[in-house]
Amino acid sequence: MSVVVENLIRCAPGSERILLSDVSLSVESGAFVALVGPSGAGKTTLLRAIAGLDKYDSGTVSLNGETLASIQERAGKVGFVFQSYALFPHMTVARNISFGLDVLSKAQRPSASEISARVQELLDLMQIPDLGKAYPSRLSGGQRQRVALARALATRPDVLLLDEPFGALDPIVRRAIRTWLRALHDQLGLTTILVTHDQEEALEVADRIVVMQHGRIVQNASPAQLDEAPETAFVMEFLGEAVSFKGVIQADTGLFIPDEAGVLPFATSCPAGPAEAMIRPFEIFPENAATGGKIALVRHGRRNGFLHYSAQLPERSVPVFFPVHTKHQSISDSCQGLNIAEARLFRNGQRIV
Amino acid sequence: MVAGKMKKAFALFWQGGDSTLPGYRLSLTVTLVWTGFFIILPLFALALRPWQNGFGMVLNELHDTRMFAALWTSFSSAVAAALLNIPLGLFLAWMLVRGHLPGRKMADALIDLPLAIPTAVSGITLATLYSPRGWLGAPLSKIGIDVAYTRTGIVLALMFVGLPFMVRTIEPVLKNLPHELEEAARLLGARPRQVIGRVLLAPLIPTVITGFGLAFARGMGEYGSVIFIAGNQPFKSEIAPLLIVVRLQEFDYSGATAIALILLLISFLSLIFVGAVRKKLSVWTSAS
Repeated sequence: MSVVVENLIRCAPGSERILLSDVSLSVESGAFVALVGPSGAGKTTLLRAIAGLDKYDSGTVSLNGETLASIQERAGKVGFVFQSYALFPHMTVARNISFGLDVLSKAQRPSASEISARVQELLDLMQIPDLGKAYPSRLSGGQRQRVALARALATRPDVLLLDEPFGALDPIVRRAIRTWLRALHDQLGLTTILVTHDQEEALEVADRIVVMQHGRIVQNASPAQLDEAPETAFVMEFLGEAVSFKGVIQADTGLFIPDEAGVLPFATSCPAGPAEAMIRPFEIFPENAATGGKIALVRHGRRNGFLHYSAQLPERSVPVFFPVHTKHQSISDSCQGLNIAEARLFRNGQRIV
Repeated sequence: MVAGKMKKAFALFWQGGDSTLPGYRLSLTVTLVWTGFFIILPLFALALRPWQNGFGMVLNELHDTRMFAALWTSFSSAVAAALLNIPLGLFLAWMLVRGHLPGRKMADALIDLPLAIPTAVSGITLATLYSPRGWLGAPLSKIGIDVAYTRTGIVLALMFVGLPFMVRTIEPVLKNLPHELEEAARLLGARPRQVIGRVLLAPLIPTVITGFGLAFARGMGEYGSVIFIAGNQPFKSEIAPLLIVVRLQEFDYSGATAIALILLLISFLSLIFVGAVRKKLSVWTSAS
């Protein structure tokens, strides 16, 4: 089921502060979308607006072409998992899961045996088949997460909204649960919108990444596009460690000339003028590596399959990473200059092409 | 052998085992002296005193119908007042926690007032207000409701002193119920009535029972705020604590202590009852 958000505006109640500034977003049926951004960017605000939990000042949220006005119209169609899970503490896991069915009017409510069958089906799906009689206070974080998910799915919604679902889990459980969640999404054919502040998590699990900043959507793209062509310097920086070099694009030669000594110019087709080149540490290539070069390379250790070095430029040192497997082609302790031809160019924070 | 073991266990207890609590022995002494001299000893004295004038005297007292009438008045009024305080306490706690009204701080302070002011003062105030010629009593008696010098008056006074217990017990628990529970329930399709009943009130039940127990215990023993408004007619509106005073003034010590013993027993049983019910209803908390 597709979710379309159009021109959503929300101000903080009783003040002029804008929480959502004219946000439009279209999520097609079956997509897995991650809303990412720094805290205060409006990710959770947008998610809550989609769920109908908060009122917005103008704009519309529609599900499969139908505009949703109130929370009642979303009931049962939209599953929501809270960051704190918000499990009902006084109900067993089974009662928590069946809540969405128990509250239906007598005419709509399935029979008691159908409900308990559905609960067991969900418990099995969540891989916690024996926890039906337990109370939430006795569950681990990962189990609570699964119960919250099962509760949200009990009414067979087409849209699943997840607010920082992995926030409270330890790294190992986190990794396991996100892979499992992605599989579940595919298996049930859901349309999922997930809020996270962890860009790596988003890149791993989602088809599309929506980057937000200051209550607006800065970029909405696939992980690959986002990596290749970040719209702004902020997106580039948010998605991973980046090094930036100030400089000028010359009109006559079409070269980007960095201000710093030791960084090599490179050719570009971008319009002339001042610009900022941003590059990931593993895309920097030291030219003419040799002993006794101008720029010293200092080794710091290895992490995530990369050898970490820092290149000592006259003014500062910048990180340079090499894949671990290059280590046999001996990396020398200095070089003549840094090749940054892979960099993306920005002017006033916006990418230039 | 056994004595040796006990001695060792006691020595370990006195040294605090491997406890790292600073001032363990001082705390232990204070706790033992306090509970021993100020709680257990007086209770023992109270339990033993009625039998000092002979077994027959106590049995005699147990045939006193005036005493049973007074006990029944106290008991039924305390139950009624505590029950009536449940909805009242829920509303007040709800407003204090969720209602962002101006003057909320003021209301917050006023709720504790019945605990702070001398009970005799509240008694006189209530009696003056509700007497047949009082500000509230006069209009009420015109429409046929007599408050002062009836059972209604007793219940009213007990509600007045019992309410803070109810509000202060419910308030922190309500405060700790995350707002997200309501949101989750709404999104799952619960109607407002179902949200209140299944998500807000249901987890409050154990707390409400505790509040009820406290308000009831207070009501059972309340004296100062009741006697002015009650009228104190034997068999009608005489409360048990007052009858103790009456008996003492008649130098009927075993009669007075017999009533005291029964009151003690009721308090004790109600504590056990409330504890048991609460435990049964709160299996879901992590503590149990």
